[in-house]
Amino acid sequence: MTEQGDRWTAEQVLALAPDDASRKAGGRLGGAGPWLQIGGSASGSVWGLCKGSGSKPYRTVVDLTGPAYKCSCPSRKFPCKHALGLLLLWSAEGVGEPAEAPDWAAQWLADRAAKAERPAGGRAAPVDEEGARRRAERRAARIGAGVTELEQRLADLLRGGLAGQEQSGYAGWEETAARMVDAQAPGLAARVRELGTIPSCGPGWPARMLEEAALLHLLDRAWCGVAGLPEELAATVRSRVGLPASGEGEAVRDRWLVLAQYDTVSPDGRLTTRRIWLRGLAGGRPALVLDFGPPGRPPGLALPVGLVLEAEMRFRPGSAGLRADLGERFAAAVPCAEVPAGVSAGAALEAYGAALREDPWLESWPVVLGPVIPIPGELGWQLADAEGTSALPVPLTGGGSRSRGGLWQLAALSGGGPVTVFGECGHRGFSPLTAWQPDSTEPVALA
Amino acid sequence: MEKGDEGYGEWEELVAAALLGTDRRRGGGPAGSPEALLDAAAVHAVRRRAGLRPAAAGPRPEPAPRDPRPAPPRAAGRRLAQLLAGRSGAVNGGGRRGTAPDLTELLPQWLAAAARHGYRAPNALVPALLDAARARTDLRPQALALAGTRGLWLARLNPDWRFALRGGAGAAGELPDVTDRAGVERLWQEGLFAERVALLGAVRAHEAAAAPRLLSTTWATERAEDRLMFLDSLRVGLSAEDEPFLEAALGDRSRNVRATAAELLSALPTSALAGRMAERALACVGPEGVTPPAECDAGMLRDGVVKRPPAGRGERAWWLGQLVEAAPLSCWRERFGGLGPAEIVALPVAAGDGWTEELHAAWCRAAVRQRDAPWSRALLGPASAPPAAGPGTASLAERAKLLETLPDEERAQWVAEFIRAHGLSEAFQLLGVCVVPWAGALGRAVVDALDTARDAGSYPWSFSGVMGLAERCLDPAEADRLEALTAAAQDLPDAAPGAAAYWAEAFQRLVATLRLRAAMLAELA
Repeated sequence: MTEQGDRWTAEQVLALAPDDASRKAGGRLGGAGPWLQIGGSASGSVWGLCKGSGSKPYRTVVDLTGPAYKCSCPSRKFPCKHALGLLLLWSAEGVGEPAEAPDWAAQWLADRAAKAERPAGGRAAPVDEEGARRRAERRAARIGAGVTELEQRLADLLRGGLAGQEQSGYAGWEETAARMVDAQAPGLAARVRELGTIPSCGPGWPARMLEEAALLHLLDRAWCGVAGLPEELAATVRSRVGLPASGEGEAVRDRWLVLAQYDTVSPDGRLTTRRIWLRGLAGGRPALVLDFGPPGRPPGLALPVGLVLEAEMRFRPGSAGLRADLGERFAAAVPCAEVPAGVSAGAALEAYGAALREDPWLESWPVVLGPVIPIPGELGWQLADAEGTSALPVPLTGGGSRSRGGLWQLAALSGGGPVTVFGECGHRGFSPLTAWQPDSTEPVALA
Repeated sequence: MEKGDEGYGEWEELVAAALLGTDRRRGGGPAGSPEALLDAAAVHAVRRRAGLRPAAAGPRPEPAPRDPRPAPPRAAGRRLAQLLAGRSGAVNGGGRRGTAPDLTELLPQWLAAAARHGYRAPNALVPALLDAARARTDLRPQALALAGTRGLWLARLNPDWRFALRGGAGAAGELPDVTDRAGVERLWQEGLFAERVALLGAVRAHEAAAAPRLLSTTWATERAEDRLMFLDSLRVGLSAEDEPFLEAALGDRSRNVRATAAELLSALPTSALAGRMAERALACVGPEGVTPPAECDAGMLRDGVVKRPPAGRGERAWWLGQLVEAAPLSCWRERFGGLGPAEIVALPVAAGDGWTEELHAAWCRAAVRQRDAPWSRALLGPASAPPAAGPGTASLAERAKLLETLPDEERAQWVAEFIRAHGLSEAFQLLGVCVVPWAGALGRAVVDALDTARDAGSYPWSFSGVMGLAERCLDPAEADRLEALTAAAQDLPDAAPGAAAYWAEAFQRLVATLRLRAAMLAELA
């Protein structure tokens, strides 16, 4: 390795584990016991031979720039327990002076390097532009029909009054959502489903339902007039409705700090969505990378909290410039040596408000808040500025809210004193995701 | 949107209109279409969200008191997180456990080792530690001690963790200073039972005579079961200072309280009760033979002797046993002309009358009660002798109790010798009283015996109890020696089918667990 101080923490290694079993199995391989011929290169790779139950040891290589893994074991998990064990060993003790990779590792590393140098993609077949245009038109027409139908449904709702909603139940909305799926507008479908759940959410539901219905209506109206909107706003509307981003956005190279990573599972359990929040250390720009996993499998991309990767981020158009795809990476990820600077409660809400100008449907905005003091309460938690009287409420239910366990962890870290917290700040309040204690630069991912 | 916005000035008005429905809206306000209502609501919603202001902060919690102890090294902290996370992971019930170590058993050891090093819990893990302490009462004192002031601070904020504030070693911070008479008095009068027991312990540790004084203030009004528990808590650190109180308790309304008071007094060799019992016992037992008491008089009753024997036992033997059990062992030397315990035990006293067994059993109970090592040693006899031929008792449970009075090293040696002579099948209880980690000779005896059992061709789960103990108690340094046993051998001709593979697996798990324990302890150092 380039320098010993750049090793990751064990928590960061374990964040790569695809599941709990791998985490435990990897933990048991994290000592020097089963390993032979361990080593690492200056360009950011580590390798080793791991004694298994068979006669031949497994050959394990990790490319830290990916991170990417290669192991001769039969496991279909990525990374496998051997890769995790090797990384844990490297994390705890290092792997000695930089060295030449042995043949079996060098081949794979060379292949990876060669692949990285090849120009990205380059569409294989000539694009059938005419066909693509026709398909886009057809889809736009179907969405248009769906939007008209949805408007009708919303008008009926308001004509008959929200009061009946508590009795009429969820089924009707589920049906409407299904029709939005048929209309190829998954964004609308998701909002409709959300709308249907509100009447069972307890006191204050009518106001919340009116608000959500109105924002859905706003989206419908925006879609109908999308041709006349400024390009950025039009892109936002298209992505909110559920169309894939068209065209490349801006590419930004920076050193990106991973601020949080967490998974949510769709209500039907079929899809795991992983959200990874990053921030450019030089440019200060926030980025949200999404990755998806099919049933029973975690999403493929894992970026441990607290690592910094030098990479190119390709931002998608619209949606307040948050959504990005991870592009080329230029160096191995290293731990961040400092705590990001936090802002006050007021500044956090201002940032959210400003972002709404570009995307009025935005639920929240990524903010590092601090120094703040968590205030646990029977009715609700707050994060209060360490100085002054301002505080943000912490939502305990609804989208993006964290478990109680994570909040108690935050309280335990603070002990009544100031902490720095990263989280999502929105109209419901502030949902903490990661925290730093005053005397440590090591981030703690809240459960 | 402009129009709608003018029509519905207030958000509440919009919500009211939406609840009622535009069809039912009567004259008065501007008649609105559903679209106009939604337009207006959309403007309100976005405007409200964009214009949000922070709330007023509620009262901040008092900062947690500083815990001066250092946090454990990072690797150790991560291990604790792993152990706490594995706590809920159910150990597959019954059957084979594979080669994976059992993390649940390692958590208590981690906590004990961390306590020896004087660490506090890493802050981020305090909630998980409190949850673990809530779920497992056996972990509670150590988990709470490790969680320290931060744990108590959190427990005050979260009702789920209230238990942490009630008594127990971890809540020591909650007890008043023992010199604060008013504070002590108040907690004694108003405290929960566990708090009062903890308070009694603290007061006693400070001044032995103060505890009985405190007890006397409320004794008459305590419930019988509480009186019993308070008396029981005097067992640790019993001293002559407690005698007057115990003597008074001999007249208690509750039979259990009386019996416990008598038992405690008899464990004080200088007490008046012990003297009275010695007098009675010496009258019954001597070099010339054994004459059990002919009746159970009022004095004996008051001193805790139970008159009615359990079914199947003779009255006189029953009384004899109780007298000898409660008499100080020191009284026998003179009675038997200056002989030591081993010689006295070896005498054929009363062999002819058939009282020997009764007498030896009573001496065993006395040795345990009075924690008398020389007598225990004499009653245990040589470890290599067949248990049935032992001088004192053949019962393994009683032998285990006798062993507990011996010094650690001698205890381990005795058990090692026992295992070498008799194998493992009867050693489980005896191993249970040995100090962890097992001394070298003891560990080697256990491993050799396991190896012998394997060679004999039985299945390893016949020894799962000892295996489990070994995982917890073997010195991690034994792992290297054990490595040789983990190779899967061919099944021996006489062996049960597949036994060799199961044994290899069992030894692999044992080695893996020992390695893990070694790593764990190294991380904490």
